[in-house]
Amino acid sequence: MVKKFKNKTLAWLDYRLPIFSILREALVDHPTPRNLNYWWNFGSLAGIILVIMIVSGLLLSMHYVAKADLAFDSVEHIMRDVNYGWLIRYIHSVGASMFFLIVYIHIARGLYYGSYKSPREVLWWLGIIIFLLMIATAFLGYTLPWGQMSFWGATVITNLFSAVPLIGDNIVTWLLGGFSIDNPTLNRFYSLHFLIPFIIVGVVFLHIVSLHKVGSNNPIGIDLTLKQEKIPFHPYYTIKDFFGFGVFFIIFSIFIFFLPNSLGHPNNYIPADPLVTPEHIVPEWYFLPFYAILRAIPFKLLGVLAMLGSILILFVLPWLDTCKVRSCRFRPVYKQFYWIFIFNFIVLGWVGSKVPEGHYLIISRICTTYYFVHFLIILPILGMFEKTLPVPLNIFRTSKVKKN
Amino acid sequence: MIQINKRKKIKSTKDRRNFLKLTTTSMAAVGSAFAIWPFIDSMNPAADVLALGSKEFDLSNVEEGSSKTVKWRGKPVFIKHRTKKEINDARKVDLSKLKDPEKDEDRVIKPEWLIVVGVCSHLGCIPLGQKSSDTKGDFDGWFCPCHGSHYDSSGRVRKGPAPKNLLIPKYKFINENKIKIG
Repeated sequence: MVKKFKNKTLAWLDYRLPIFSILREALVDHPTPRNLNYWWNFGSLAGIILVIMIVSGLLLSMHYVAKADLAFDSVEHIMRDVNYGWLIRYIHSVGASMFFLIVYIHIARGLYYGSYKSPREVLWWLGIIIFLLMIATAFLGYTLPWGQMSFWGATVITNLFSAVPLIGDNIVTWLLGGFSIDNPTLNRFYSLHFLIPFIIVGVVFLHIVSLHKVGSNNPIGIDLTLKQEKIPFHPYYTIKDFFGFGVFFIIFSIFIFFLPNSLGHPNNYIPADPLVTPEHIVPEWYFLPFYAILRAIPFKLLGVLAMLGSILILFVLPWLDTCKVRSCRFRPVYKQFYWIFIFNFIVLGWVGSKVPEGHYLIISRICTTYYFVHFLIILPILGMFEKTLPVPLNIFRTSKVKKN
Repeated sequence: MIQINKRKKIKSTKDRRNFLKLTTTSMAAVGSAFAIWPFIDSMNPAADVLALGSKEFDLSNVEEGSSKTVKWRGKPVFIKHRTKKEINDARKVDLSKLKDPEKDEDRVIKPEWLIVVGVCSHLGCIPLGQKSSDTKGDFDGWFCPCHGSHYDSSGRVRKGPAPKNLLIPKYKFINENKIKIG
């Protein structure tokens, strides 16, 4: 047996339970491309915010009561009476926004540098699964404070399932455990909100296993074959990730301490009233682009399918993008379309926050169409006709240039 | 000859084995499907939720031209005492112009009393129009503020994204002035 550890106890234990060598491989020795830029910080940032969400959520759960007539008051009790309850709650609610912000950037990085292409398709799928689980968790969690937006947001979203032909209404009743959102709904939402983050942890684990199998992509997007192109994860990327944490914690703290409610909706400080619908129901900002797609289509079932499809289409992206070159750096035409796509997505978010009437409705329809055109028409065709720039053979760009 | 017989024998035992595998796994699958049902059904409405299924309401306090809201199964039920004009408007409508064509006559037991579940058939918001100060939409019924559906004085959708008319709950008249919903 190869002695992996000098410490005898450690070596004895590791021989029987190899978690130490696994951890060392993952966090210390793991050969990582030496040219990763700061956009590669967002993976570890997503990891740290997941831990923060689980810890703060666990503490909140010790004071929260999942009962329809007590939930709202118990949140106020956390805010006013529990020691540092206000801090923990703001960490949790702002943290949800931060989590989505980080993950959106993480996904956008993958789109820009072609990180979804072979051999990273499964890595990409696992990422989308994490994103879907995050959406579910965030939606369930938003219901728990039992304010007006909680209640009516949950009503609107659960009613999406009534679009299912024939058994739609039965599904909604089953999901709600009643004929409207009420105590049984709150109980099960709380239970699932507690469970799903741990499923996310599991999928994150698989995401990392897959990442370490195929290796990180890099800004040039080529397969690295030379030994000198990689450096050990520690200390180079541990220190870089820690630096990223520091910058992120500053931004996070600004929101927690100075703008804790700026990302939420004031209506959620009104206790839920099943007989009064707020004038204008909007989801949290991170759902707005998808909400805009839902409302852009005048037919209920089609709208729901388009909204689901807008995320599920990412699963087949590795095959829709027919170009062999990964990184945008060598795809001058795709780069333009990439930024149009990002802009289009932001516009979708903006119209998602407006009442869908008049020109807002027209904009949302144009943007929804473009969203799908990007994936279904532009990407496949571009891969066939785009003239890519010469791709270097290695990241030092010293030797010959590979022609495409 | 012996060889062939042997092969046949092997083949038939293989077939037998496959058959047994198939039947065993399908029985196991059917069995687990049955075993899962209690878990799935446990999430359906519980007995106490179902017990709140019916409600009696006294109509004598609702004046002509006004409406009242009652809570039934956690949802609002609109009880509208319609005027002659509202009844006539609802009955004049050309059915071919409706999204979810239904005669007004089929939606009421007594024409002056319209009883509907006040939940928009689009995504479950509660339409405005119950209070006299509320907007009643373009068709003198209700207007859903969430995504802009308009309902007429028979609770039928006339404009907007809602696919269906406001639902009529099961109800009956116990006597002249009293109804039982559910």
